[in-house]
Amino acid sequence: MAKKDLVCVSCPIGCAITVELNDAGEVVSVTGNTCKRGESYARQECTHPERMLCTTVKVEGGRLPVVPVKSASPVPKELLFACMQEINQITVQAPVKIGDVVLKNILNTGIDIVATNEA
Amino acid sequence: MLHYDLVVVGGGPAGMAAALQAHEEGIEKILILERADTLGGILEQCIHTGFGLHYFGEELSGPEYAGRFIEKVYNTDIDVKVDTMVLDISADNVVTAVNNFDGLLIIQAKAIVLAMGCRERPRGALSIAGSRAAGIMTAGTAQKYVNIDGYMPGKTVVILGSGDIGLIMARRMTLEGAKVKAVCELMPYSGGLTRNIVQCLEDFGIPLRLSCTVVETHGKERLEGVTVANVDEHLQPIPGTEEYIPCDTLMLSVGLIPENELSKNAGIALDPVTGGPVVDEYRETSHKGVFACGNVLQVHDLVDFVTEESQLAGVGAAKSIRGSKPDSDTVQTKGENGVRYVVPQKIHRDTDADVKLYFRVGRVFENVTLCVTCGDEVIFSRKKRKMTPGEMEYVTLKTDTLQKLPAGSTLTVHIKEA
Repeated sequence: MAKKDLVCVSCPIGCAITVELNDAGEVVSVTGNTCKRGESYARQECTHPERMLCTTVKVEGGRLPVVPVKSASPVPKELLFACMQEINQITVQAPVKIGDVVLKNILNTGIDIVATNEA
Repeated sequence: MLHYDLVVVGGGPAGMAAALQAHEEGIEKILILERADTLGGILEQCIHTGFGLHYFGEELSGPEYAGRFIEKVYNTDIDVKVDTMVLDISADNVVTAVNNFDGLLIIQAKAIVLAMGCRERPRGALSIAGSRAAGIMTAGTAQKYVNIDGYMPGKTVVILGSGDIGLIMARRMTLEGAKVKAVCELMPYSGGLTRNIVQCLEDFGIPLRLSCTVVETHGKERLEGVTVANVDEHLQPIPGTEEYIPCDTLMLSVGLIPENELSKNAGIALDPVTGGPVVDEYRETSHKGVFACGNVLQVHDLVDFVTEESQLAGVGAAKSIRGSKPDSDTVQTKGENGVRYVVPQKIHRDTDADVKLYFRVGRVFENVTLCVTCGDEVIFSRKKRKMTPGEMEYVTLKTDTLQKLPAGSTLTVHIKEA
């Protein structure tokens, strides 16, 4: 049995949540939260935490040297740095439009990296 | 001389929303003047997501949020001049501006919206000992270097101030391979959102040192390190707690100041607490026909609220141009017992819509009652579990309540502790 302490980020109150996990890493109990959003945040955070990844990609022939990009949906937290390495290797050609896919299916996650501005 | 119904100073989220709203209200000749080379303002460099949850109901990056308004502006007949600097606003609403294409521009406006945004508090505003070595910059400047210009301003970083821009830059620098050694915060609590503390610092094991500040910078040509020290309850450094941290970059995230040089020159009355103009419920300043909205009026946490406020200013400007804006005497608003300020500062007694009073508290409050009173009468009261200085709050007052207020009265927003 393991315990994990979290601060909930679902709203500004920031409840201190304690999650109990069994030896298989499954959630046994969630305490300290004051609403349902807190519980689902805590479960997600303890089993498979995910984060949006926002960064930039080199552009050739554009108005600026880089264009901002994001992951189309959150990526597993432990893959953030590996994704950065992939993204930093690519260069795209202008013109780029908002929503253009600059890198498909990054690290076989099924998640695309898309442009968030024009270039 | 050029003639416009409405001139908007600033093409960021505030200026665009005000211009678009006035356009929707049927105002025909509108001009946006923008200093930078594109519309969008500071959102262009805020590449992280979290914008638009309230207004669009989805989570967008800064450029995406701005992009939706830019597209709308260019799909109307609103005129836009970028690379254009406004120099002066006269008593009779003549705007003087300059750019490389038109030279000097003299524009007579029926109404003006001020939407110049805010600036970061710079190093000069803090008393930190040390020389002017390279590598000391505001977090927003660093953000522009990384996200717009595409280069890294340093490899080892200390951040002073735990405002959201500082936290966001801690994550951004870390993702790009820099080592962020610490975020120091003078106050005993962070000024940033909990979400950013968790996802920008804790995720990467970056220490947040509360009640701690930078007392000295070291290095002559390039920053070599900083000395940090803990502070006492009077925010003074405690001797003996100094610690040297080697770093080549110091980023400052120590507050934002509304950019009101133009407003001051025009003689517009400013609120000493917000640093922005004193306004009525439609965000009209002390200067007839001149409105203010967005961060030039009060520093917001969320761009969604900037958009909402600016649409209100757009409606106000349209009413002012048509001569249909409420113009009776006004009641004043003020903050007391923990409430630092209230916007708007005055409300017309013949106002024609519900009014939201926006305010901030001066410290963290838990389990308190938020009250709005007029003399002895309690107009609004609600229990609040938690209120923090980092979160702007509002209460909505109904039109008929406002219309019944006695002449010359004051609405007071205050916190009642148990």
